[in-house]
This record gives sequence, C-alpha cells and structure tokens, in this order.
Amino acid sequence: MDALMLDGNAVAGLLQEAFGTEMTTATGICDACGAGQQVGAVRVFRSAGVVLRCHECGSVLAKIVVRRAQTCVDLRGLRSLAPPAD
Amino acid sequence: MEGAALLGRLTWQLADVVHLVPETAGVKTLALDVPEWPGHRAGQHVDIRLTAEDGYQAERSYSIASAPNGARVELTVERLDDGEVSPYLTDELHPGDQLELRGPVGGYFVWEAAVGGPVLLVGGGSGVVPLMAMIRERAAVGSDVDMRLLLSSRTWDDVIYRDELERLAGSGLTVTHTLTRSRPEGWSGYARRVDAEMLTEVGPAAGDRPHVYVCGPTPFVEAVATALVSLGHEAAHIKTERFGPTGG
Repeated sequence: MDALMLDGNAVAGLLQEAFGTEMTTATGICDACGAGQQVGAVRVFRSAGVVLRCHECGSVLAKIVVRRAQTCVDLRGLRSLAPPAD
Repeated sequence: MEGAALLGRLTWQLADVVHLVPETAGVKTLALDVPEWPGHRAGQHVDIRLTAEDGYQAERSYSIASAPNGARVELTVERLDDGEVSPYLTDELHPGDQLELRGPVGGYFVWEAAVGGPVLLVGGGSGVVPLMAMIRERAAVGSDVDMRLLLSSRTWDDVIYRDELERLAGSGLTVTHTLTRSRPEGWSGYARRVDAEMLTEVGPAAGDRPHVYVCGPTPFVEAVATALVSLGHEAAHIKTERFGPTGG
C-alpha cells in the first residue's frame, strides 16, 4: 500500500475534461485480470501525469498526461470502458 | 445526448469568497458565491486552480461540505504545511477575494435521499467533509433514513463540525466518535483506531446491506474497507474516497 495512492474520485475533473462527461461512475474492465470496477474506485497515482491502476491486480488501466492544454489519454489497459447507464 | 454532453462540459469560473470560518486548528470552511453554479449532489467536489504571477498553476480537488443551496458553496480545507494550495486557502484568502474553480465533479462518492438507507459513514479526520454534505442533505430534505457516522479524530479539539453534529444527531442519525491520540478527562467513548469490532458495534450489520461511504487518508480507508469486507459487507456497497499527502 502506497500512501501516495489516491482513487478515481481525485481525478474526476480531469476525466470529465477529457471525456466531456462524468466518468467516475463509468465501469472499466481490466484487460489483465478481467475485474470490473467503477472509475471512482480505481487506484490513482499522480506524478508528471496520472496513472490509473486496477484495484484488484494493480495493472495499469490508463495514463493521462496534460501538456500545453492538450490532454493525452492512453487506455490500453482497459478491455472496455462503459459509461453509466442512465 | 447532445444536451447531456454540453452539461458535462467543465469550465473554469470565478467564485467570490463570502466568508471564512475556522473549524479546528488548521481547518477552515470557505463560503463561496459561485454565480453560474449548476447545483451539486452531496459528496461531489470542485477543482480549485491557483495561478502564480509567473503563470505557474496548481490545481487541487476539494470536497463540497454544504448541502445543495443555490449559488452558495462551502468547502472545508485542511492546511497541509508543505501543500501548494491549502496554505493559501486557509491563511491568505480573505472575504471579497476571488477564486478560480470548476465543478461540481464526481458522481461515484455521492449520496442523495433517493439512494435511501441504511447508511454507514466512516470518516478519518477531514475525511468527514463529503460525509457532512450527506448528513446536511439528509437534514435539508427531512429524510429519516437510518444514517450512522463513525468519525475518527486525533483529539476532541480536532473534531470538525463537532457542535453541528451534536445538534443534528437524533431522529435516525447517530454520531460516534473515536479519538486516537488523546482524550478529554472522563472520556468514555472509543479511544483507538477504527477496527472490525467497532464497526460491528456501530452497525448497521452487513446483512442489512447498508450503503457504506468511507473517506480519509489512504491508510485509514484501506484499513476500514478491509475490516468491512471481513465483516461480510459486499465490496460493491462500500464506496471509498482517499486523500493523500499529494492533495495539499
């Protein structure tokens, strides 16, 4: 357990900016272990960018970097990312 | 769908600082007037952005403490000594100043009356802030759902919202404190970190399938969530929100 770890709630604004809609209630499936989780519950590590990791197996789900007002989103660790059904 | 996408768009706006209220040592509530505020749900956040004279910007996310109430938004901020943002908010800000913010954001760690109960709220230190928004929302809409707050603080003087919690308790809301560092003389309440035995005594039982919200520093949230799962609470019913030393 890392004391610097946060969770998906902490990047709600960043995600909403990138996706144009509320994303913490979206469900992501980890490509490595198949676990499904709401984005608000994933592990988040912040450094130069933001890294989202699976709360079950710790694999990287997504990486987000903001540079010169451009938001780059890498979702290769997600098998799927489904918006909340409403 | 087009409308929903537009609603989801986030823009920075200027909020007016109306007043500042000291809560405990190092913790202040900022009352803000946000002219274009679209309303919020209990448990949501705002992002605050500070810009230095040289253009350097720092952004942090803060939980909203108030129940939805027009253009008024209250944040409760804990000063972190080595933080980039919180010392400015707690020490430098004055009524009449302006602050750049966007929000509300988030939707995962949210409770509203329609969610129903029973509800168990477990807070560590300033982790009580989004939980307080839920307690205030319950009171504001006159809900009588079974809601229980277990709040861990270092000392009695560190208990945020202490008097208001005392006033609101009753008619379905219970408030239980545990003090981890020191206790006032004659203290008969809990005097240790939150554990499975304490969670069992505070309840509700896992079989009652309560909605559980846990907010605090990362180690606190991990320990409480693990204890809840060991008591048979379904992971899907436990919503967590962690803040860490990077949150300053």
